[in-house]
Amino acid sequence: MAQQSFDVVFVGGGPAGYPGAIRAAQLGLSVAVVEKEKLGGVCVNIGCIPTKALLYSASMARVVRDEAKALGITTGDVTVDYGVAMRRSRQVADQNSKGVGFLMKKHKIAVISGTATLASSKTVKVGGDTITAKKAIVLATGSRSKGIPAIGLGINRTTVITSDEALFLEQAPASLAIVGAGAVGTEFADIFHAFGTKVTLIEALPRILPLEDAESSDAVTKSFRKRGIDVLAGVKVVKADVSDRGVTLTLEVGGATKTVMADKVLMAAGRAVNTDGIGLEAVGVKLTDRGFIRIDPTTLATSVPGIYAIGDVAGPPMLAHKGTREGVHVAEVIAGQSPHAIDYTNVPSVTYCQPEVASVGLTEEQVKAAGTKYTVGRFPFSANGRARATMDTDGFVKIIRDAKYGEILGAHIVSGHASEMIGELVMARTNELTVDEVDFAIHAHPTLSEAIGEAALDSLGRVLHI
Amino acid sequence: MATKVVMEALSPTMEEGRLVAWKKHEGDAVASGDVLAEVETDKAVMEIVARTGGTLLKQVVPEGSTVPVAALLAWIGNPGESVGDAGAAPVPAQGPASTGPASGPARGPAPTEKESTAVQVQAKESASTGTESTPVQTQAPAATRAPGERVKASPLARRMAADRGVDLAAIAGSGPDGRIVKRDVEEAVAGAPAGVTSGAAAAATETGPAFTDVPLSPMRKTIAKRLVQSIGPIPTFYLTTEVDMERAHEAREALLATGDGKFSFNDLIVRAAASALRQHPWVNAWWMDDRVRQWRDIHVGVAVAVEDGLITPVVRHADRKTLREIGAEVRELAGRAREKRLAPEEYTGATFSVSNLGMFGIDEFTAVINPPEAAILAVGRIEPKPVVVDGVVVVRRRLRLTLSCDHRVVDGATGAAFLKTLAGMLENPLALVW
Repeated sequence: MAQQSFDVVFVGGGPAGYPGAIRAAQLGLSVAVVEKEKLGGVCVNIGCIPTKALLYSASMARVVRDEAKALGITTGDVTVDYGVAMRRSRQVADQNSKGVGFLMKKHKIAVISGTATLASSKTVKVGGDTITAKKAIVLATGSRSKGIPAIGLGINRTTVITSDEALFLEQAPASLAIVGAGAVGTEFADIFHAFGTKVTLIEALPRILPLEDAESSDAVTKSFRKRGIDVLAGVKVVKADVSDRGVTLTLEVGGATKTVMADKVLMAAGRAVNTDGIGLEAVGVKLTDRGFIRIDPTTLATSVPGIYAIGDVAGPPMLAHKGTREGVHVAEVIAGQSPHAIDYTNVPSVTYCQPEVASVGLTEEQVKAAGTKYTVGRFPFSANGRARATMDTDGFVKIIRDAKYGEILGAHIVSGHASEMIGELVMARTNELTVDEVDFAIHAHPTLSEAIGEAALDSLGRVLHI
Repeated sequence: MATKVVMEALSPTMEEGRLVAWKKHEGDAVASGDVLAEVETDKAVMEIVARTGGTLLKQVVPEGSTVPVAALLAWIGNPGESVGDAGAAPVPAQGPASTGPASGPARGPAPTEKESTAVQVQAKESASTGTESTPVQTQAPAATRAPGERVKASPLARRMAADRGVDLAAIAGSGPDGRIVKRDVEEAVAGAPAGVTSGAAAAATETGPAFTDVPLSPMRKTIAKRLVQSIGPIPTFYLTTEVDMERAHEAREALLATGDGKFSFNDLIVRAAASALRQHPWVNAWWMDDRVRQWRDIHVGVAVAVEDGLITPVVRHADRKTLREIGAEVRELAGRAREKRLAPEEYTGATFSVSNLGMFGIDEFTAVINPPEAAILAVGRIEPKPVVVDGVVVVRRRLRLTLSCDHRVVDGATGAAFLKTLAGMLENPLALVW
């Protein structure tokens, strides 16, 4: 195959590119996806999915170790084996990637293995082949982990690692320092601690999960400290001494310095977008000041007619579900439809450590800064019957509502099952339901989600169960 | 990338528009808010304004041609930019909606997919260009719903609209399937002419929502069904009464003698009707097919003859305006109506109408109801007549009023009671300030 021609060529088969390809195929377009590694991208192979498998192992380890006796289950000595958990996580990831391959086949989407480079606004080169896109090229090249070489923390894959390596370790290190306490760093802190690693979680900003509501950050900090994870927030890494046996980090806390030694350092302070080496300059695709591909948010078109960008390369938030929405949207735009605008104010954010943290909309700090008059409703899971029954009493639901109209400005959940519960509030916000409608919806009893209705009621001053 | 300029739905009933004149030439620089062209709609000559800045690259439609709503009129972009086939295909022409239910002059046909797309684009662009000061620009997109059609709106939008006195039925939604969302209400509040908004908002703070929807009782349903079978889609009946206008005449003479402003007998009748409506909510109502909408707001349409027809500018909150205000407003609206310069919101949304042919020497007549309104008052001439007062024949100034009633909403007794209140007010004008 020297030359091939399609209506649309997606460069990248991750959670933005592959759903976009499916939607384009549904709309009758001929579609190709170029993928240099495995279908499903970082999310399926070295991101969302395998970490969820490992977090499940971690969570079960804690239940068996800490709660089994109270639950009436007698165990012998509980031992953990990261290698076994890791191999299961690989199976899960591979199954998912194969599933994507099946979906491509089902929709008659050509999957081209290799690295694509833009040759013009209508063609990409993959190896020696030229692929023509009759209608559009969609860039969905994603992002990758990065180190901080400036302070001696360039990635060496042995002692200074990223999630890419952590996901393939045969055994948990004895000690691990994690630099960056966003979703990735926080989740790995949870995983490795459960597998017996001494974990130090380091965040430069004043609190871990810095994008979440301060109360959520505090709840996770407390939970982590209680179980023995060393949480250091508002701390700057100024120097790193890396040897083949471990790493010594010099930290600046306030005015003082402090050193932390660990077998390995896991870098989780941001990700780099994959904009290099794909021919952007050659065809004139412009970037933003922050290095993302510049797009028109309505059409997701880049500065070059006929070339679009979606997912992580197209700008924050760098979340799989935001990329998926953009993939579907761009396919509809290319097919000549006028899809409803993407609601970037309603992209939920979830961190899957225990307890999980999930949110949608604004934090209380942001609402305060905007000068909006608001009321907060809270409900702790310690007052929820189902949570008591299932030992899920950690955490709360917090709803920030506009004082006048009851608009849900922000919603924050900390709970063992926050990720599954936030959907109700995403649905509410997306459809402009107010706290009254959330209360009016009958929540099944007994469920954790009753706490959502109660938090809505609390914001109205009529909470029932506290 | 070049931006399309499309024929906008400048009024709720507009399906097509005739491009009267281009106000910018190809190659002219345009700023957002500049008038690009004049368009004649079914009701008025209105302006198409630029929603973005740049250069007018191409006029797609020649002067004098009539095109449907949402059709491509022109391109705005950077000088030298190519347009036409390089951009999106022009919006295909679109005919009048054929499936919409019969619609009254006050409301539009059912929205078609094309129309709602156009409105959506319009709303989006006006959001990005901020608030401009030209009337058409700042005006919220007009709704294109059939009478009685369900208004889709988010709970938040409903709550905000009720609080701010925005009639959801009168605005278009930018959400999925034309659903009205928060932004649409905010734009309607920001964009409506100041007088309308403040009046409506004041009404809301004083009396709550602008109207109450009353579900049809089984009896009302049966009355409606039988009457429609009997005499057509709007089963109308007529009630006539004669009013003594001596005291109104004296009062008017005395007020005019002060030299402080002018008002006509018709202004007095509009004002009195508005006050009487306050006591008779069934007459200040719309027939909505599955319910009756009783308006708390009182907006009186005043029929004005124009060169080639008739238009009914609306005096909003007529019950809360002074005679002097009503007089000035009617004259101003009528003047612009004759020049076809009324904005759509100035001739839609009446809750009751008044038609006066007294100046043409007509003694009495019956006026045709302006649906979905439930009634219209026909006003004849004021004429000296011999009448018996206290057993003596005297000459008095007399006026004949005829109320046309939609029997599905207004029963004979209801209409008669309204007329009695109205006649009482005109015969004793002090009642208006009581």
